[in-house]
Amino acid sequence: MSDPILIPRPEGLYCPQGDFFIDPSRPVARALITHGHADHARAGHGAVLATRQTLEIMAIRYGADFAGQRQAYEAPLRLGEVTVSFHPAGHVLGSAQIAVEAGGQRIVASGDYARVSNPSCAPFEPVPCDIFISEATFALPVFRHPDPAQEMEKLLASMRAAPERPHLIGAYALGKAQRVIMLAREAGYDAPIYIHGALQRLCDYHIEQGVPLGELRPATMDKAEAGGLREALVIAPPSAFASPWVQRFADPVIGFASGWMQIRARARQRGVELPLVISDHVDWEDLTRTVTEIDPAELWITHGREEALMRWAELEGRRARPLHLVGYEEEPE
Amino acid sequence: MRDFARLLERLAFTPGRNAKLDALADYLRHAPDPERGYALAALTGELDLGRAQPAVLRAMVGERVDPELFALSYDYVGDLAETIALIWPGDGEPGALDLPHVVETLQDTPKIRTGPVIADWLDRLAPSERYALLKLATGGLRVGVSARLARMALARLGGPSLEEIEEIWHGLAPPYRALFDWIEGGEKPERAGLAPFRPVMLSTPIDREGLDALDPAEFAAEWKWDGIRVQAVAEGGERRLYSRTGEDISGAFPDIVAHMGFEGALDGELLVRRGDQVAPFGDLQKRLGRKSPGKALLASHPAALRLYDVLLWEDEDLRALPFDTRRERLEAAVADLNPERFDVSEVLPFGAWDDLAALRAAPPQVVIEGVMLKRRDTPYMAGRPKGPWFKWKRDPRLIDAVVLYAQRGHGKRSGFYSDFTFGVWEDEALVPVGKAYSGFTDEELRRLDRFVRNHTVDRFGPVRALSPALVVEVAFEGLNRSTRHKSGVAMRFPRISRIRWDKPAAEADRIETLREMLDGGED
Repeated sequence: MSDPILIPRPEGLYCPQGDFFIDPSRPVARALITHGHADHARAGHGAVLATRQTLEIMAIRYGADFAGQRQAYEAPLRLGEVTVSFHPAGHVLGSAQIAVEAGGQRIVASGDYARVSNPSCAPFEPVPCDIFISEATFALPVFRHPDPAQEMEKLLASMRAAPERPHLIGAYALGKAQRVIMLAREAGYDAPIYIHGALQRLCDYHIEQGVPLGELRPATMDKAEAGGLREALVIAPPSAFASPWVQRFADPVIGFASGWMQIRARARQRGVELPLVISDHVDWEDLTRTVTEIDPAELWITHGREEALMRWAELEGRRARPLHLVGYEEEPE
Repeated sequence: MRDFARLLERLAFTPGRNAKLDALADYLRHAPDPERGYALAALTGELDLGRAQPAVLRAMVGERVDPELFALSYDYVGDLAETIALIWPGDGEPGALDLPHVVETLQDTPKIRTGPVIADWLDRLAPSERYALLKLATGGLRVGVSARLARMALARLGGPSLEEIEEIWHGLAPPYRALFDWIEGGEKPERAGLAPFRPVMLSTPIDREGLDALDPAEFAAEWKWDGIRVQAVAEGGERRLYSRTGEDISGAFPDIVAHMGFEGALDGELLVRRGDQVAPFGDLQKRLGRKSPGKALLASHPAALRLYDVLLWEDEDLRALPFDTRRERLEAAVADLNPERFDVSEVLPFGAWDDLAALRAAPPQVVIEGVMLKRRDTPYMAGRPKGPWFKWKRDPRLIDAVVLYAQRGHGKRSGFYSDFTFGVWEDEALVPVGKAYSGFTDEELRRLDRFVRNHTVDRFGPVRALSPALVVEVAFEGLNRSTRHKSGVAMRFPRISRIRWDKPAAEADRIETLREMLDGGED
C-alpha cells in the first residue's frame, strides 16, 4: 500500500495531506471530532470540524469558546489534498465516523461505534474502505452484550421487588443516561425519572433534539425530601456515587449501566448491587461482524483490548495493526 | 436452571445478610420440588456432584474457542467458570434444562464422562445459566450462604421455626422433600439419623443496673468461659459434637469423641485445657482450623469440655425439668466420664449482686469473659428466650487508636466512609491493628465522612489512606496472637466506642500497650 493518508502520532491520528488530527488528545491547530465524549472531544483546539450536534454538545460541556473556530459538517469537503466525509456511527447523539480519501485510497476512522438500535442517533453506516480503524473497547469474545430491553426489565423487576428502596443507576452523562431513560420509557415506565444535576443540560439538549425522555425531575432535593423517596428511579453519573450526594437517599439499590457490568468482579469492585449490561459500544460479535462486512484491506486497532482483536485478525487471515494511541480512557468520561 | 441462575446472581451482588435471606426465601417459596431442595443443597455445599476438574473444562472449551483468545479472556475475567460461560459459542435457550435433571444426571455420570455431558448442556443453555451449571459442576458456588443462613431462610417461609428446623436438620438428605412438605403444613419428618443436634438455649446480655430488677436468690451463677459453645451427643453408638448452630465438628475433635462413651446430649464449652489451666482462645482456634488434627497438635493442644447442662440422659429427655434438677443430674452423669476431657462448670457462691460483681471483677483465670446467670426454676428452652438466662460480660478492653484507612459502607451506610482501619504507634510509625465499622450515630457518620474526604492522602481502589489526625477509642473483647497481622496481635470483636475528636494523634496508644495485654497473660 502507498503512503497512508493517516498516521498515528502521540497527539492522535494525523493527516499530513490535510494537516488535521482526528480526536486528538492534546490541543492542536485543526481537529476533526467524531463525537462528544470527553476523551475524544477536548477543549482548546484552534479549529474544530464536527457534526452540528457534537459541536453543540462540546459547547454545553466546555462553554461556547471551546475552540477558536467551529465548523459544522454538512457535506463532503476538501481539506488540503484530501476529501473528508462524516457518516453515522450509532454511538451517541451526534456521533460520526470520519472517512478520509485521497488518490483512490479511503480510510475510515470510526471513533466509537455501536450496532444495536439506539433511538437517539442514526444507525451505524458501513462505509466501504481500504483501511478501517476500529475501537477495541469490548474486543474480547467474553463480551456479548444482551438485549438492552432485557436489562431494563431486570431493573424494573428489581424496582417491583423492592418498592421501598430508591434505585440509583450510574450512567455516563452523554448518551448512556439518556439511553437508560429511553429504555425505561420503551418498557412502559412512565413515572417521573429523577436525574442528578450533572445530567440536566445534556438531557435538556436531547429533548431539544427531538429525543423523547418523558418527565424528568432534578435529584437535587435535600436530605429530608430524598430520604422520603421510596419507589423512584434516579440516574446519576458514576462520579456522584463517590460524593456525599448519594448519602441523601435511604437504603438505595445501587445499579450501574455499562458494558463492563458483564464481568462480575467489575460489578463487585464498584459495590454495584444491580449490574445492568447496557453498552453504547460494539460487543465482540458486532465488532467482528462489522469488520467482516466492511472487509477492508487492512484493519487498524485503537483503544481497548488490541491483542484479542489482533489474534482474531490473524485467525481470519486479515492484515491488522495496533495503533497504540494514548489518551483514550477505558471508561469514557 | 433459569431461576436458580437468577438466585445465584442476586446472592452474588447483594451485600447485606438480610437481603440475601429475602432472596433465598423468595426463591424457596416459589421454586418447585425437587428443584428447590437441590438448590438448597448446592448452596450449602451438601451436594457432591463429583467436582469437574479445571483441566477437563479447559479441554472442553479448547475444542470450541481459540486457546489464545481464551487465555486473553480468562486473564481479563479472572474466573474460569465465568469465562467459559461467557465465551461459549451460541446463545442457547433460557430454561432449556431444569436443575433436577442436571443434578441427577451428574450424580449418575461416571467422572470420566462428565466432560461431554457438560459440553452438550453448555450448547443448550443461556450464558447466565451456563455460569450456574459450571459453578455447580465444579462445586464452587461461594455466594456466602452458610447452612445456617439457609435454615434461617427456611424458617421465613411461615412454617416451623428455626429451632424446630435445626432439630431435624441432621438426618435430612437432598432434595429435602419431607422438610418442604412439613413447612407447607404436612407431617413433621421422622428424625432419620441417630444423635441429632438439639437447638441450644442462649442468653441475653445484662448490666449491673439490669440486675437490680432481679432477685439473686432465684439465680445460679457460673463463669462464662471463652471457648466455643458445643453440644456433645451420643446415641446408639453414634457420637457427634455440634457447634451451637448445629454444624457437625466431630472430625476436628477426635480426642473428645473418643471419650463420649455415654448415652445422652450434653451442653458445654469447648476449650483447650492443660490440667487445670484453660488455654487462651487462640489455642482453641488452632484446633478449630484443622479438620483432621495430627498427633502432635492433639498432644500440644488437648481439647476438653466444661459442661453447663444436660438435655438427654439414657433415653430420658430432661429439657422440661428446672435448672436445679438438671444440674443435679449433670453432676451425677459427669462422675462416670473421663475427667481429663469432661468436667462441670462451677456454680459460684454469692448472696447479693454486689458479691457477684466482686467475683466478676477478679476472675481466677483470664479465659473467663464474665458471668452467666441462670434462673433456677426454668426448663431448657431452644433459642434466646428473654428472662431465664443472662450473660454479664466483663467490661471490654479499650485503647485509643489512630484512623489510617477508610472505605465506603454498604446498604444503609452506602456512600458514607464508614469502614475504618486503625493503628497504634510503634516507634515513630503507625501499625494497623484492626478494622471496625459499627457504633456510629447518623450525625457521627456524616462528620466522619467529611473528615475522610478532607484528609485523604492516597487512594488504592476503593480504599482511602488518611493523614493521621483522628483518634478513636476502640473497644474489644480480647486479643489473639497473630502471625498474619504485621502488629502480631489480632483483636476480637473490635468496635469504635467513642470518637476522640479532641485527642491529638500523637497521644494515641502504643503497640507495647497491646503486647502487654498479651504478655501479661491477660488473654
